[in-house]
Amino acid sequence: MMMADSGSNEEVAVIGNTDITSTESENNIINTMVERGTPLLRKMEINVAEAEKRTGKNTVNMQETYTVYLIEIRPAETVPEGGTPATPDALWRRYSEFELLRTFLLVTYPYIIIPPLPEKRAEFVWHKLSADNLDPDFVERRRVGLENFLLRVASHLVLSNDKIFFLFLTEEKGWREAVLETGFQDKVDSRLKSLSAMFRVKNPDKRFTEMKHYSDELNTVISQLLRVRAKVADRLYGVYKVHGNYGRVFSEWSAIEKEMGDGLQSAGHHMDTYAASIDDILEEEEHYADQLKEYLFYTDAVRSVCRKHELIQYELETLAQDLVYKKQQKEELATGTVRVFSLKGMTSKLFGTESQEQRESRLAALEQSIREGEETLKEKNTECQQFVGTAWEDIERFKEQKDKDLREALISYAIMQISMCKKGIQVWSNAKECFNKM
Amino acid sequence: MSVGAPRGLASSGQKPIAEILHPLSAAEEPLSVSVTVNVEGDKEAGLTNGTPVETSSPASTSSLFNRLQLDDDLEADVRDPYTESTETRDLFVTVDDPKKHVSTMETYITYRVSTKTTRVEFDLPEYCVRRRYQDFDWLRIKLEDSQPTHLIPPLPEKFVMKGVVDRFSEEFVETRMKALDKFLKRVADHPVLSFNPHLNAFLTAKDLNKRQGLALLTKVGESVKHVAGGYKLRARPAEFCAMGEYLDTFNQKLGTIDRIAQRILKEQSEYLTELREYGTVYSSWVGSEEELRRPLEGVAGCVTTCCGALEDLGENMSQDFLPVLREYVLYIESMKNVLRKRDQSQAEYEGRLEAAILRKQEDRTPMPLEVEKCQDKVECFNADLKADWERWQSNKRQDFKQLLTGMADKNINNYEKCQASWESLITLLQDKQTEDKMSETN
Repeated sequence: MMMADSGSNEEVAVIGNTDITSTESENNIINTMVERGTPLLRKMEINVAEAEKRTGKNTVNMQETYTVYLIEIRPAETVPEGGTPATPDALWRRYSEFELLRTFLLVTYPYIIIPPLPEKRAEFVWHKLSADNLDPDFVERRRVGLENFLLRVASHLVLSNDKIFFLFLTEEKGWREAVLETGFQDKVDSRLKSLSAMFRVKNPDKRFTEMKHYSDELNTVISQLLRVRAKVADRLYGVYKVHGNYGRVFSEWSAIEKEMGDGLQSAGHHMDTYAASIDDILEEEEHYADQLKEYLFYTDAVRSVCRKHELIQYELETLAQDLVYKKQQKEELATGTVRVFSLKGMTSKLFGTESQEQRESRLAALEQSIREGEETLKEKNTECQQFVGTAWEDIERFKEQKDKDLREALISYAIMQISMCKKGIQVWSNAKECFNKM
Repeated sequence: MSVGAPRGLASSGQKPIAEILHPLSAAEEPLSVSVTVNVEGDKEAGLTNGTPVETSSPASTSSLFNRLQLDDDLEADVRDPYTESTETRDLFVTVDDPKKHVSTMETYITYRVSTKTTRVEFDLPEYCVRRRYQDFDWLRIKLEDSQPTHLIPPLPEKFVMKGVVDRFSEEFVETRMKALDKFLKRVADHPVLSFNPHLNAFLTAKDLNKRQGLALLTKVGESVKHVAGGYKLRARPAEFCAMGEYLDTFNQKLGTIDRIAQRILKEQSEYLTELREYGTVYSSWVGSEEELRRPLEGVAGCVTTCCGALEDLGENMSQDFLPVLREYVLYIESMKNVLRKRDQSQAEYEGRLEAAILRKQEDRTPMPLEVEKCQDKVECFNADLKADWERWQSNKRQDFKQLLTGMADKNINNYEKCQASWESLITLLQDKQTEDKMSETN
């Protein structure tokens, strides 16, 4: 839940408090990930409060079960003493609607790194963790992820002003029509094509090339990290659970002992506690994995922006090249020299020169084409420069955000480790006390 | 070994045992200022099997002080309320300093066996000899044969079954040495076994080999003696039944604990493998970052520290924990053997008694001497066994208390190392953050 203060830009520090509970730490992390005092958030609070299961008929008229999420928004005004806070406006959305919103934003703002959604299906799963989309833990983590997405969009200087986004938060029924009416669907296909197209850019902005390269590296390393982390979690689970067997055998053994019996029995209980503690520990660690995943998905968005730049640059270069070619043709036609091969020129050589009239009309057409080409080139140039300007600004913003967020994530990971160590020490100290009484 | 008038014994002073010359090689002279004799035999007028003990003058304060200088075993006494207190112990043994010997015939390891004692049965107050596993085995066999009514502590496994283990690796030798040390200490602490002449020879003789030749022959002879008889036991007294049942169940539980401990080691080892890879991924990430370099390097460092701590834990468990468990399984086997022998001697007695009674009824001959001897034997056996059982139970309690608290300690240690590492990372990053904030506001 986010509270917006008008004007203040303070962030809640996570460091220093190593004894926070998991829900507390979740909230803390959300708070530090998104800067307050930004446009939309100055005016309203947004949170994804709940999740509910629904059943309904889908497009092929079959029954399906799906989850809907409750989005609550509340105007951010201070509540007078003794007064009750205003009831939030609320509406329900399902995951596919979030996806629709995001696709719209991707297509409409190609120069912005659009925040990613939480994963569609559970990936990098360690064995006990459920890969089932309807699993309550998965749903809960998705709820948090969706809220994070909305907050990121709402705190972005450009995106937060988007009408469709606003409607997403306020218009439950009419929103879908409104989106489709924008006609963004047409651009979707061309975007996909351009993303996968192979073309050679001669002079891309070096910064974008580097950024794309960095983004690919980041993608690789985070994927690796998530994969190995899942294996580590699996193994650690095994270690803790086997200790539970001590509980049983100590209990059985205590039955045949006299003085040693009590100590053994109680120590056994502590071993059971130890074995059970891993479930919470690993559940909490999933949050860290989710933070990493967000940035993994972010790298795709970064890549898209860099690719878009390359595309525009390529189009610019092509236009420029075409223009040069046309100018050369005109010069040839005007002076009569053949430097550039043209079919017309060739055929006129073979079949006789054309008449003066024909030449002049051709020249005029070329000059027209050149003028148009120069216009188009100018426009394209502007487009390109604008894109580079706005996109690079967003990339800089992103870099800062990434550094801050990942640093916080690493710190909170360290805090989790400390908490795990403390729990371990506690349990073994308790067991030791029991052994001492044997 | 001279038995008779007590002799003045030189005080051992504070010289480390290494500096003391081999008793049989050096001149037979007292090493320093002599002090009065003190053998604390007063407390026991006789041993459980009836052997009388030389009693002499009570301890003098200086020799008592000297005894307290013996560092190795002092700690053991302080930790160990279940065995005799410092005042009653007068025989201290240690096994250490393993060395490899290579000869044309074979390669083997010897251990230094150091003895410090004030007992009259020993000519000198200190001894230092080298022994190999074979010698310990010899001793054990001799003890078993000469003290059949007593429980002899077990030796570590003779043969290494798991083919991959290197007999000369540091860990194996270290583990074996600790077990041999324990064996010898248990024998030295036993009120009867510690006075056994074979133990004396083991601790003092320069060359044990000559005696061993004869020993092997006698061993065969005596074991034959035990097998013959074949009497059937009628009714085992309840307390010995209970002992047998206890041992069976205890054995089972120890086996389970052994399996669990091994399983944990395996899981931890696999976890360690993954954890190492995990650390390297963080390290490899560092290269593409600037601002995040420090936290990433920090995390990689912490993970590495945790790996090291976990490695230590695993080593400790396999070197200290598992061998002790296995030793107790062997101990249980020994104990069961003794119970069987007791059963046999009871059966023999009952058999002979029955035969004698029948004969008596026929021709009124008095109870033959052998029957009475048998009865004595059984009663002795039962008494020794009960005493040893109590002793064994008390030692077992102490040993397992130590073993399990040790296990808990090692685990706590592991977590403490990890916690410290992560906490120092947070401090480091926190300092950097305050640094940055301050430079921002300036």
